[in-house]
This record gives sequence, C-alpha cells and structure tokens, in this order.
Amino acid sequence: MTGLLVDTSGRAVTRRRGSGLTAAIRRSRKAQVGLVILLVFCIVAVVPGLFTSVRHPNALQFTPRLGPSGEHWLGTTSLGQDIWAQLVYGTRQSLVIAVVAGLFATVLSVLVGVTAAYLGLPDDVLSMITSVFLVIPTFPLIIIFATYAGKSTLIVVLIVLVVTGWSYGANQMRAQMLSLRNREFLESARVRGERRTYIIFAEALPTMTSLIVAIFLGAALYSLLTAAGLQFIGLGDPDSSSWGTMLYWSESQSALQTGMPLWSIAPGLCVALLGVSFALINYAFDEISNPALRPVRRRHVKRARVRNT
Amino acid sequence: MRYVVRRLGFFALTLWVALTLNFFIPRFMPGNPLDALRARTHDRLSPAALEQMLTSYGFKPHQNIFVQYLEYLRNMFTGHWGISIGATLGEPVSTIVWQALPWTLGLVGVTTVLAFLLGSLIGVVAAWRRGGRLDSVLPPVFVVTSALPYFWVGLMLILVFSVWTHGWLPSDFNYDPDLLPEFSLGFIENVLKHAVLPAATILIASIGAWILTMRNNMITTLAEDYVRMGRAKGLSNSRIMTDYAARNAMLPNLSGFAMSLGFVITGSILVEYVFNYPGLGYQLYNAVQNTDYPLMQALFMLFTVAVLVALLVCDFAIAWLDPRVRATGSR
Repeated sequence: MTGLLVDTSGRAVTRRRGSGLTAAIRRSRKAQVGLVILLVFCIVAVVPGLFTSVRHPNALQFTPRLGPSGEHWLGTTSLGQDIWAQLVYGTRQSLVIAVVAGLFATVLSVLVGVTAAYLGLPDDVLSMITSVFLVIPTFPLIIIFATYAGKSTLIVVLIVLVVTGWSYGANQMRAQMLSLRNREFLESARVRGERRTYIIFAEALPTMTSLIVAIFLGAALYSLLTAAGLQFIGLGDPDSSSWGTMLYWSESQSALQTGMPLWSIAPGLCVALLGVSFALINYAFDEISNPALRPVRRRHVKRARVRNT
Repeated sequence: MRYVVRRLGFFALTLWVALTLNFFIPRFMPGNPLDALRARTHDRLSPAALEQMLTSYGFKPHQNIFVQYLEYLRNMFTGHWGISIGATLGEPVSTIVWQALPWTLGLVGVTTVLAFLLGSLIGVVAAWRRGGRLDSVLPPVFVVTSALPYFWVGLMLILVFSVWTHGWLPSDFNYDPDLLPEFSLGFIENVLKHAVLPAATILIASIGAWILTMRNNMITTLAEDYVRMGRAKGLSNSRIMTDYAARNAMLPNLSGFAMSLGFVITGSILVEYVFNYPGLGYQLYNAVQNTDYPLMQALFMLFTVAVLVALLVCDFAIAWLDPRVRATGSR
C-alpha cells in the first residue's frame, strides 16, 4: 500500500516538471482539436477586423433579409445587419465572459476548497456553504437578480456568473485536498518546518494542476452557456455584440419562421463549438487525473481502430 | 438514522438560505416594485391603491424589516404567496403555480429521470465493451452534445421537425389551443405530440453528461480487485456487470445527478421558453418580463424545493445502495 502511494506521488512530481500536460495533449487527438478551435476563436476575438470589412456590425446599414452571397457570406438580418460580421464581432464578448468568469470562479474554488480542507478552518461551515451554493438553483436566481439590477452590463453578468459558478469546483478541490493532506510528501514538508503557504503553493497545488485546469474548463463552459441563455431571453445588454444577443434578436424577429434560419443557426453553432472545444480539452485532463481512462493500447485486435478515432 | 437527520438538517438549512436570499435580494437592489408597478399601469391607479396592492404581496416599506422577514417566511410556508401583479393582474399566485406545475413535472421531471437512467445504462454498456465499436463512437459524440446549449438544440429541432416539414410536429404550447382539456385518447395524443420536441431537446442536451460520467466511473470500478475476484470465482458476466461493477459505479453518478439538477433546471427554463410550454419556467420568464415580484418569489422557492426533494431522494437511494453510508452516517 505504501509503495503504491509513493509511486503515485512520484508520478505527480514528474508531471510537475511540465512533461505531463504537454504529453497528454500531444497524445490526445481530441484535446488537439479542442485547442485548435479555441485558438481560432481567440484570434477572431483579438483581431475581428481581419475577418470582415464591416466595421459597425450592429449598424442597420444593409438591405434586410438578403440570402447568403459573396458580399454577405451568411446573408443579412431582417434589421439590415451583416450576420457574418455580427458573428465575428460577437466572438470577443462571448469568449471574454467565458474566460474571465471561469478564471475568477476557479480562483474562488481553489481558495475555498483549500481553506476548507487544509487550513483547519471551520471545514464543516465552509463545506456546508459550498453545498448550499451547489444546490440552490442558480439560474432562476440569476434571472431574478438580473431583473432587479435593471439592464445588465457586462460587469453584472460576470459577477453573477462567478458568484454562482464557483461551488462545483470548490467541492472537487476540497475532496482532492483532503485525500492529499496525509500523503508523505506533504508530511515531510511539514516536518522540514516549511511554511504553510509554501506547502500549499509549492507542494500541494502543482500536483493538482490537471484538476484545476479541469475546474477552469468546467466553469468556463458553465459561464459561456449561462451567459448565452441570459442574453437569449433578453436579460443581457441588447445593444452589445455577442452570440447570445444575436440569438435574442433572431428569436424576437422570428428568424426561424420567416426563412432566415442562418441568423439563428450561426451564433448557436459558435456557442456550441466554443463549448465543445472546452469539453474536448477537458477530456485530455480527465485522462491525466484518471489514468484508467486513457485509450486502451494493448488490445491487439482493436488497436488500429481505437487509434483512429 | 443519524444520516437521515443530517440530510434533513441540510434540507432545512438550504431552503432557509434560499428563501432568505429571495427576500433580501429585491430589498437591496436598486429600483422598487412600486415604481415598476406604476410604470406598468401608466399612472392610471392612485399611489394609495398601488401600495395597497403591494401590501398583499408583503411589501410594507414602513415596517420593521425583521418583522417583514418573519411574515414572509410564514407566508411562504403556509402557501399565502400573494397576488400576481403581472400579466394576469389580481390572480392568486398559487392558482398560476398549480396550473403550471403538472406540465413541468410531466415534461422536465420525467425526461430528466429518463435521461439519467438511459444515460447510465449506455455508460455501463460502453465501459463494459471497452475499446469496442460503441465505446469508440459514443464518447466523442456525447462530449459534443453535452456542450450544446439546451435552447439552441430546441431551436434546431423546431427548424428541422416543424418549420422545414411544415408543422409535422408542433413547436409550441402544451396542446392545441382549440382543444378542451378532457380525458380522451385524442387529447392525450395531442399532449404527447406537443411534448415530443421539448422532451427530445432535454434528452439530447442532458444525456451526454450521464453517459460520460457513468462510463468513467464504470471503467475505474472495473479495475477494482473485487471485480477480478468475481471473475476468478467464475460468476457470469451479467452478474459481475450489474451487481459488482454497476452498483458501485452508480454511487458517484447518483450524487453527481443530485449536484447537476441545478443545470437541468436552467436548461428546462429555457426549453419551456423556446417552446412556449406553460410550465413553471415559462411562468418565471413571464414574471420577469412583467416584474411580477410575488410570482417570482413563489417560483424560486418551488425550484429550490424541487431540487432539494430530488436531492433527498438521491441521498436515500445512495444509502440504500451503499451500506457504508448507513453505517457511518456520512459519505
């Protein structure tokens, strides 16, 4: 049993040296696809001007209801906007919401999870708060919150997403930290007389990189989908450029029923693609934290087929 | 027994926190119901009449906030949820809620449980045939479906099965508006037909998560020593799969189910909105559109209670499946 423990923590240390993450990504075709999609969206978000000649995507400047053509790749809306241009300019806000809200939620998860499990602070109280937040149906709460807050700006949406999105990760962090707490490498650091902050940041957290990344990807996916849903039912800023706002306008103009399905398909597909890229990257990290999930290699017969998928 | 008490205690605490948030958020946010109502009635009613109306909802700005809070709690528990001040002005909130509740339970409740059971089953089979054809196709497909926004899946289904096929399947409401609700074959058929697309939406968008987590749990469990022991004893494959592996792999999935119910509710609200399905989620959307505070409060409480009840059911199912939980009183 002890040998097993030493073995796993030893593996954790080599992972910390940096080979683990890149190796896992190199090994996993799914993670590579996810990374490429994410990269493309990042480029579009940073320099939208490269992808369309339209500069004011929300201005009503074209003939409404045009079909797809060389000039308007995805046609125009019934209000006279270029759908492709809206899509390109909408990338930034959707991506920023996903990444920023995901990032802050992750930080909160790590803080709460580690505090509850390691610092000996009232674990019962913190884990109770975590479970309560985990269970309260957040979306109705968000809807109500957004209604009272009036026209929701980006900041309001972000705050709401962070406040409601941290608990799932905190629960996982706490469980992982609890199981790490009595491992020998942490015990020996304690005996050496290292400071708590050193033990947590230099010894414990690095072994949990894959879990933290997984928590971030989960929180980013949650933020992306929730924000799109909020904007879709009209609780976002209707003048902003984002995929959710596009979906709101296409729904309120009955795009599906009036023969402009692209107006609805395109932004939803983008939300889905970005979400899929998070999920695919997450897949690789699942396989790191749980080696049993790695693709089966020694099955002689099915070998080639498994590799190809 | 200690376990049951603990879980019930958690139930009460969470409900209390949710109700408290529900009480204080409106009171600490900018804007107040009086102004919203005045704007909605275009100043046709006198301020005194408006205030009287709001009093029925428990809005008494001059009263001590603590007294208000206690009264609010009592009203929530005794079913005195006030009067709607939204589109259906003057209708008791409880009437609206009781009309909407069966539709949501029938659509969202049934579909969610179905998705969970079906997903777990597929996950078990996929993990059992590790590396097989099923297992190489399913996971990537369901990674994709689990990242799709519910409402967009709904929109696409409407596009394909309703718009492009010229109304092959209905895309809104719970039954044709010209039908009278009655207990007849034709009416039931109509109701089911209207439920097909929203139910398919929830199923498609939620099943992927259950399949993937169940598959992963199952793979981990299949590597356990007691499974090998079962094989060594020469037990039949189906016995090992169901009684040895699946029963244990199910435990984390059950608690995962309880934890993700919030996400399901989120999706369902949007699905009801997309399909104009007159359930609780649709009513919540209406309440928000019309700043109908009493209705919002009652609906939020109901959503919380729904999640908590499902959580309790899951907890007891876990206790039933896992003797360790019963013995130690904790997970």
